[in-house]
Formats: sequence, C-alpha cells, structure tokens
Amino acid sequence: MSVPGPWYLALAAMLFTIGAVGLLIRRNVLVMFMCIELMLNAVNLTFVTYARLLDDIGGQSIVFFVLVVAAAEVVVGLGIIVSIFRRRTDATADDVSLLKG
Amino acid sequence: MVEAVWLIPALPLLGFVVLLAFGRRLGDPRAGYVATAMMVGAFLVTLVVFAGLLGEDGEHRSVTQHLFSWIPSGGLRVEAGLLVDPLSVTMALFVTGVGALIHLYSIGYMHGDERYHQFFVYLNLFAFSMLVLVLADSFLLTFLGWEGVGACSYFLISFWFERPTAAVAGKKAFVTNRIGDFGFMLAMFLIFATFGTLQYTEVFGASEELREGTATAIALLLFLGAVGKSAQLPLYVWLPDAMEGPTPVSALIHAATMVTAGVFLMVRVNPILDLAPDALTLIAVVGAATALFAATIACAQNDIKKVLAYSTVSQLGYMFLAVGSGAYAAAIFHMVTHAFFKALLFLGAGSVIHGMHDEQDMKRMGGLKKWMPITSITFIVGWLAIAGVPPFAGFWSKDDILINAWEKSPALWLVGLVTALLTAYYMSRQVFLVFYGGERWRKAAQPESPAGAKVGPEHEPVAAAADGHGKPAAAAAAHGAHGDFKPHESPWVMALPLVVLAALAALGGLLNLPFSDYLHLEHWLEPVYGERIHHLTSGSGTKWALLLITTGAALAGIGIAYLIFLRHKVREAAVEPRVLQRAWYADELYRGTVEAPGRALSDGAAAFDRRVIDGAVNGIGALVRAGGSRLRTVQTGFVRNYALGVAGGAVAVLAYVLARSA
Repeated sequence: MSVPGPWYLALAAMLFTIGAVGLLIRRNVLVMFMCIELMLNAVNLTFVTYARLLDDIGGQSIVFFVLVVAAAEVVVGLGIIVSIFRRRTDATADDVSLLKG
Repeated sequence: MVEAVWLIPALPLLGFVVLLAFGRRLGDPRAGYVATAMMVGAFLVTLVVFAGLLGEDGEHRSVTQHLFSWIPSGGLRVEAGLLVDPLSVTMALFVTGVGALIHLYSIGYMHGDERYHQFFVYLNLFAFSMLVLVLADSFLLTFLGWEGVGACSYFLISFWFERPTAAVAGKKAFVTNRIGDFGFMLAMFLIFATFGTLQYTEVFGASEELREGTATAIALLLFLGAVGKSAQLPLYVWLPDAMEGPTPVSALIHAATMVTAGVFLMVRVNPILDLAPDALTLIAVVGAATALFAATIACAQNDIKKVLAYSTVSQLGYMFLAVGSGAYAAAIFHMVTHAFFKALLFLGAGSVIHGMHDEQDMKRMGGLKKWMPITSITFIVGWLAIAGVPPFAGFWSKDDILINAWEKSPALWLVGLVTALLTAYYMSRQVFLVFYGGERWRKAAQPESPAGAKVGPEHEPVAAAADGHGKPAAAAAAHGAHGDFKPHESPWVMALPLVVLAALAALGGLLNLPFSDYLHLEHWLEPVYGERIHHLTSGSGTKWALLLITTGAALAGIGIAYLIFLRHKVREAAVEPRVLQRAWYADELYRGTVEAPGRALSDGAAAFDRRVIDGAVNGIGALVRAGGSRLRTVQTGFVRNYALGVAGGAVAVLAYVLARSA
C-alpha cells in the first residue's frame, strides 16, 4: 500500500510554511539560508507528487531544474555569507542594511 | 558693354570678401584704399554700362542679364538676374559715384579707429546690397538687397556699440524697419498670388489686367515698406537716432542712398501705382505731411547732425510728394540732387565735427569760416542748393516737384511751399550758427561756464590761439579736455570729396532743366514710366509765378534766419520752442502708445512663462521628488522586510486568485 497523494502535499505545505516563517523570523544568515533550501525542496516535493498523481513526467523534470538552480544559488549565497563573516565575526541579517534608502 | 553689369555689384562684394579675410592685416589706411578702389571700379563699370545703354534706341534700353537659377525647386524656379534700364543705371551711377566719394572721405574720417578695417567691410557690403537692390530684375532679389542694406545700416549705426545710445539707436532702426519689411513681404505674396511671378518685366507686362482693388492693396503694402525704409510718417523715428553712427555712414546710408530705396521702389512699380489713384493720393499726402513735420523739428535742433537728419526726412517727403503727384522724373531728379547736396552737407558736418574734436552742438560752434575754409565754402554751396536758391541743384528739383504738386492739389503745393521756406530757414540757421557769428567754442570749451558768461581772464587772446604755439600753460589748462583746442581743416581725402560734391550740388540742376525741350533726365527715364508720368498742363505764366513764389520763400527763409541768428533781432530761445526741440514729443508719444503696451504685453508673457509654463515643469519635478522621498523609506535595507513583502504579496495574489475562482 502506498501513502495517498494529499499527504505528500500536506507535508510539502508544512515544510514550505516552516521555511517561510523561519526566513521571516530568524536573524542568523545561515539559518535563513537553510530555510530557503527548505522552501525550495517543499516545492520540489509538490512537483514530484503531482507528477505521480497526474502521471506527467514534466513535474519530475522541473525538479531537476530546480535542483540545479538551487545548487548554483547555494554557491553564490554561501560565497556572500563567507565574505560577510570575514569582515565581522557575528553578523545578523539586520546588520547588513547599508543599502537602505 | 551692357554685359559688364554683373561687375557693378561684384566689385564691392569682392572688396567685402577681401577685407573680411585680410582687412586686419591690411590695416589703417590700406583697407580703406582697397574698399575705395572697389567703389571707384564699380563706378567706372557703371559708366561703361551707361554708355552702352546710351548707344541703344529708346525701346531697347531695358536689358535683363540672367545670372543663375537662384531657387530651382520643382515647378517653382526663381531666377536671379540684373535689370539694366535707365532707372537702375541712374541709381547705380549715383550710388557708386557718391559712394566712392564717401569711401574716400571715410579713409580720413575713420583714421585711428580701433575697428578701422571693419568699417570698410560693412561699407562695401552695404554698397553691394544697395547695388543688388537697384539692379535686381525681380521683387525677390530687390528684397534681398533691401534686407542687406537694412542689416548694414544696423551694423553701422551701432558701429560704436560701446556707447549705449548707439546700440539702442541701431536696435530702433532695425525694429522700425521690420514693420516696413513686413509690408514689402506681404506685397510680394500678393503679387505672386496674383501674377504667379516676381520678375519685374513679367509683372508689369501683365499689370494691365489688374483690378483696382488688388492694385491698391499691392501699392499700399509696398508703400508701407517704403515708409519704413525711407523714414516717412509714422515710421521716421529711427532716422534721427541713426545719427549715432559715424558721419560718413549718415551721409552714405542715411541721406544719399539707402533711405532713397523707398522712392526708387515706388518709381519702379509705377505701372501698378498708375492703376491705384487712391494709393497715389495717400503717398502724396504722407509725403507732404512728412516734409512739413520734419522741417518744423529741424528748426529747433542744436545737434549739427540732427538738423540734417530731420532735413533728410523732410526732403524724402518731397520725393514721395512727387511720386504721389505722378512726377516720377521729378522724384528721381530730386533724389539725385539731394544725394549730392545732402551727402555734401553731412560730409561737411563730419569735417566740422572732426575739426572741432567731436563737438556736435551748434551752440558751441560759430565763426568757423576762418578756420575751415574748404569745409565752409563747400558747406555753403550745399546750403544754397538745399535752400533752393537759383541756380543751385536743389532749386531746380524742388521747383519741379512743387509745380507737379500744384497740379495735383494746391493744398499740397502750399504745404510744400511752407516746407521750402522752413528748409531755407533751418539750413541758414545751421550755417550761421556754425560758420558765422562769434566763436562760441572759446567759451564752450570751458564746461562749467554758463552759456553767455563773460569771457574769463584766463582765456588767451585771439592772437595767441591763432598760432597755437607758445600759449601760457594756464590757458591750455583752462580748456580742460580739449587741450590746446583749435579748429582745423581736414586732410585732403576728406576735402576732395567735399569739393567734388560741391561742384555736383552747384551744377546738378543741369540734369533736368525746365522751360526747355531739352529735359535730359525726364527724357532719359521715359522707358521706365512711358505715358504714365504726369504731364504738366499749366501755362508758362503759372510756371513762372510758382517759380518766383518758391524762390521768394527760400530767400525769405534765409532772411529770417539772418535777422535772428546774425542780427539778433529776436531771442534765439523764442524761435526754438521746447515742443520742437523734443520733436513734437514723438518719441514720448511712441513710448506711451507702442512701447508701454508692448512692454506690458511682454511682462505678461514673461509672467505667464514664469508662473504657468515653468510652474508646470517645476511642479512635475517637485511632485516626483516628494513622491520619491516618501517612497524611499520603504527601502529599509533589512532583507527580512523584503522577504515579508514578498511573502505578503504572494499571499495576497493567492487570495485574489482563490477569491476569483470561488
């Protein structure tokens, strides 16, 4: 027996919400970054679920694109974070607000 | 020989180009000699063309020389060509002849000026424009010259633009002339709409079919142009102010040539005027009114050049009176003699100003006859000529005009007669004030001393002034800015033109003697107006009576001036009322009626520009700036704020989609 589709969707929604809320309330840049990854993968899960439910390979192939983009994003994002921490040891996201209008 | 006509305007143009390129290097006085040589050359070519034209029969004395296609544009082709006929050659003869003399005179007069070469650049450009004006074969090419002389007039009036009065005078002349040019342009539009061409020969060939209304409209619009250029009422105001320019300019442009362009134009378009009798009457009335009006003002001016300026306005009025009476030959005759004697008078006045070290107030002159013999003798010839004393030139031409005016209307004749008397009076006043009487400049040289004060003890005796050397230092100092002041005669380059012009002013009447069948000028000009000229109908008795009355008026004017200014029978101030000194308050009137509303209108437009147009532009700028400064607070720099915004936005979009699909 297999788990029915809506469960997967519910799990994905919960993961996405955790990611979104975490992004909004945490100040640690690394944690915020992980939240973004959580949200991306929640979406990936949704895609895969629908691919199975609707029997459409397109959903699965989109996931590969998302994975690639996420990997690239991780590289850039981590690069930025590392360079920020090089300048100051304990930075939060709110400390980096030089571009305010 | 007539084919050489293109050289006439080309030589001054060449001079203009050469002086423009090398004038500064040529310097003072060689630039002047180059310019003068060009004018003499143009005069000689004109003589050749004149001789060539004399060789033709009467009917063939109108040759058009095609130069080039000026504006080839599809169906419209405007050709540039020169029309050689008795009228244009007559004009070209005296423009180049008098012009050459005045160029020569300028060599001496402008000596030592900072912009010496530039003066001759303008002078040659003027001569070129004037010759294009008179030799053109179409209205459009005439208009080109017309605008050219206007521009040169502007340059030369404000030649000494460091003086604010000169700059203002130039501007005044330019603006006033625009009103006339506007009339000229409208006339050209109307002519082109009616005839489809602007060539003189084609227009005049087809003018028979012109309706009277159209003819009157064209004539009046062209007359408006002439009124502006020839300084007639009510657009004469620029000419007296134009005396701010150097004196040779006043002689050449504002007496002898440019201001007669209006009269020339009227004579040129006589086939159209002939169809518009109402316009002719108006021209005669305006001319007579201007003649009298300007003559009254001239009676009370103290500036030696202002008198001559108003006199010029007045004499131009005579010419228009002649045109209005249908006496085209008389108009041209007076134009030529006037060019001789008025150029002479202006150059003489320039010589006086030169000799008096830039003094122009006649009340500070007097007794100059002894000091400036050549100037005074030639000036006296000019005076007798303009006053109308027989047998000098002005007598014949003025008499010719007055007889024609008598046959047009005795009222016009009477105005002309009074003007003749006034002319004799104010010119005599000028001669007596400048060349005769006491040597008032001895007192005037001391600026502080009130007029009529006793000669102070510090003034040297006359004998000491005569030798000019070895004067006591105290006496020299008493003369203030004038230093060792002594009027002196001018150099030969200035004296020679005076002598030549004096000879012409004395003998110019021979061009067109009445009372004989030998009417040179009238017969010579016949191809221009044919049968359209007014033929005198009066008997010889009437002619003699009018002649005697005119001569009597001239002598009476001289006599009155003699009694007042040499015998002092009447106080001078009594005959120079303030209203005449201020030229009937014409400038004040114009200031009130034209300048003040114009200024108010401009102020209004400026306020509209400042408040409404600038207001709109600045308002939009202020709006964007205010909006931006509000909006920029949104950009906090906190990444989580943006994330909240993105999340909130996504939620809102989702809610909207759900609400729609529900």
